Amino acid sequence: MRLTVSGDDLEFHQGETVLHVLTRHGIPLPAVCRAGLCHACLLRVVHGDPGPAGRTVLDDAMQADGYFLACLARPASDLTVALAGADAFAPAEVLSVRPAGSGVLRVRIRPRRRLDFRAGQHVALQAPGGIVRVYSIASLPAEARDEGIEFHVRLYPGGAMSDWLARANRGDAIGLGRPGGSCYYRPDDPSCPLLLAGTGTGLAPLAAIARDAVGHGHAGPIIAVQGGAGPGGRVGGPPTAGPAWPSAIRPRACLLSRGEDIVTAVAAELADLPRPADARAYLCGSPQVVAGMRRALFMGGLSLRRIHCDEFAPAATAPIPAAPASAAHTVTAAAGRAGGG
Amino acid sequence: MTTQISLYDRLGGAPAISAAAEIFYRKVLADPALVRYFDDVDMDGQVAKQAAFLCMALGGPAAYTGRDLRTAHAPLSGLTDRHVDLVIGYLAETLSELGVPVSDIEAVGATANTVRDDILNR
Repeated sequence: MRLTVSGDDLEFHQGETVLHVLTRHGIPLPAVCRAGLCHACLLRVVHGDPGPAGRTVLDDAMQADGYFLACLARPASDLTVALAGADAFAPAEVLSVRPAGSGVLRVRIRPRRRLDFRAGQHVALQAPGGIVRVYSIASLPAEARDEGIEFHVRLYPGGAMSDWLARANRGDAIGLGRPGGSCYYRPDDPSCPLLLAGTGTGLAPLAAIARDAVGHGHAGPIIAVQGGAGPGGRVGGPPTAGPAWPSAIRPRACLLSRGEDIVTAVAAELADLPRPADARAYLCGSPQVVAGMRRALFMGGLSLRRIHCDEFAPAATAPIPAAPASAAHTVTAAAGRAGGG
Repeated sequence: MTTQISLYDRLGGAPAISAAAEIFYRKVLADPALVRYFDDVDMDGQVAKQAAFLCMALGGPAAYTGRDLRTAHAPLSGLTDRHVDLVIGYLAETLSELGVPVSDIEAVGATANTVRDDILNR
């Protein structure tokens, strides 16, 4: 049987994985785990069938687009594939970059083709020079065509992506990876209480999740808790620049400078609900804060399956590889997340 | 084994076991004598392990072996029979809250006891 990639025809045997065939013929892929977990060896079918094993570990949208993992796929017939890196990033353009409070940029990016996403999911941005960072989406799909997709980006001194964005002009080209992550509103349970809690730039996607919920006619209470350092490093900023919460929601501010602790605050909000186990929680922020809140909510009676998290880590402590063939999914699967807390 | 397998099924199979594992894990984390063994562990992974342990104790599909338990618990210093008793006690409490009859809970406790030596590395 024949595997065709980049114009090369490679012989392969029954039972062999696509990754093994490529490696055997000297075509390297950034294979890391070889077990279907890291998604570094993502490929796309051009013609033929790679078999079910390499596909079914991916989400439905990726399967529909012909993606599969080379490490798991054992094709039983001739197959033509493309390296996923070339088209893993959808073309997009910068619409605007404005300050949103101290040390944060509000960036709007318009995809040049349709991109399916939910408010609160994360997506990899690819700037020229192969700079790739992952940010959370702070706007709704319905707004994307006219206003672009909004991201709140923490400015880091010397941060490659935030520096590039700070200097970007309207119309500059940028790549958008595939949206991922499970921190988004679920309309299947419209009467459950929603508990949204986060810190820093995590508040913008939470506000977008709240807008999504309100837009879906969510009937249950929506409770927001915003953590911040204090009056000096106050989150929120002027109403036009900070996270755009729906008008009916008054986020509870939780200021470290007043000796308040967001973990305690969010646990107290859960405990105040008539039936805490019915709530759904959405948590965004630094890994430590998110882990603390998650544990407190779990101990308060909320199932882990009803707690949806998005953790941010500064890029400096979480270098993200920008290998050409490592698709957006690889980047979003990485432990570290850019975006700031 | 027949009654144990039927207990696993009677509780509702895998989805019910996952829910029970969360209740069980919550009790374990709330105990000051046990919580230090669970600091800094991945909560999802731990619930999955508790579910596998429950599965085994209820006579469901065996995904957990004594050897895994021995390896997993070997690095934990200071584990004694008291810790095992506490954990089996929380398992019994969990099942009791789910309406499992006392005779079945005793049978589950006996199954859980078979891995005591693996956990205590003796």
